[in-house]
Amino acid sequence: MPAFRIVIMLKPGVLDAAGQAVQQGLDALGYDVQSVRVGKVIEINASGATPEAVDDMCARFLANPLIETWRIEEPAGATGGGA
Amino acid sequence: MRWGVVIFPGSNCDQDCVHALRAVLAQDVVEIWYQDRTLDGVDVVVLPGGFAYGDYLRAGAIAATAPVMPAIRDFASTGRPVLGICNGFQILTEAHLLPGTLIRNNGLRFRCRPVWVRVESTATPFTAGIPEGTVLQMPIAHAEGGYVTAADDVATLEAVGRVVFRYCDPRGRVTPEANPNGSVAGIAGVASAAGNVVGLMPHPERASEALLGSGDGRRLFESVIEWMATRPTAELTPRAAASAQAAGSLAR
Repeated sequence: MPAFRIVIMLKPGVLDAAGQAVQQGLDALGYDVQSVRVGKVIEINASGATPEAVDDMCARFLANPLIETWRIEEPAGATGGGA
Repeated sequence: MRWGVVIFPGSNCDQDCVHALRAVLAQDVVEIWYQDRTLDGVDVVVLPGGFAYGDYLRAGAIAATAPVMPAIRDFASTGRPVLGICNGFQILTEAHLLPGTLIRNNGLRFRCRPVWVRVESTATPFTAGIPEGTVLQMPIAHAEGGYVTAADDVATLEAVGRVVFRYCDPRGRVTPEANPNGSVAGIAGVASAAGNVVGLMPHPERASEALLGSGDGRRLFESVIEWMATRPTAELTPRAAASAQAAGSLAR
């Protein structure tokens, strides 16, 4: 179980070519979809890392702050739950 | 003078650059491995095109952390010329040596065809010998060439002559039709604040001989050869150091 899950999305307004392509596919299958945005999920194991340190990883490397936003989740949680 | 062509895992235009410089322009060229920590006394550094580190994460992002990068950063800070071509341009933006970044082309296509660019600034070693407004034909081959930067940065870059190349039609008109990838303001290439670091998406090395359909790209290399010949190395350092300090704010 990763210690952190990072969800990275292109900022609103930044052209999301992958999202457009996926939407074309959904349209072709007959689904009525208004918009699609494609992002990335990165799971990392870093037992000693604080959320602040992970945020720093995102700002410096994992995301490009010029065009992307990110959200940090801790799926396992401090309680150690989860499948 | 000696040129260094940097080879990352996944570079694939390195030998095109070596050929254009060595065989066409009779230059002394060395290959610099991405794990090297020194640049072997070169006078000019070229980061070639390709897909360094498989373009994983973002194009250029992982290459920007390669072992050779601190040496390139130090080299650039002395005012010596650094050229990033295509993936090399992407690497330089990710390394914060150039402003902005490159995103996926609009229109969902990998674009591989000749384009025309207009020289917008002669304040770089790579364009000092080419009159402003000159139209050059070079090929592009990229999926992620859409130049973006913060909206206020575009005006700043234009105002201080850091927009070096713009996509245009064969007559030099910058039109939406001539823009192959959705780049903001038709920007095809930019420079660092000191002007010595330049990145562009088109491939000058693939347009360095008439046999290849265009010899226009060699003018960038010839320009830097002239520039180096007329500018004593000793003069570079203080000038560039001062402007490099002033530069920090626009990086990214």
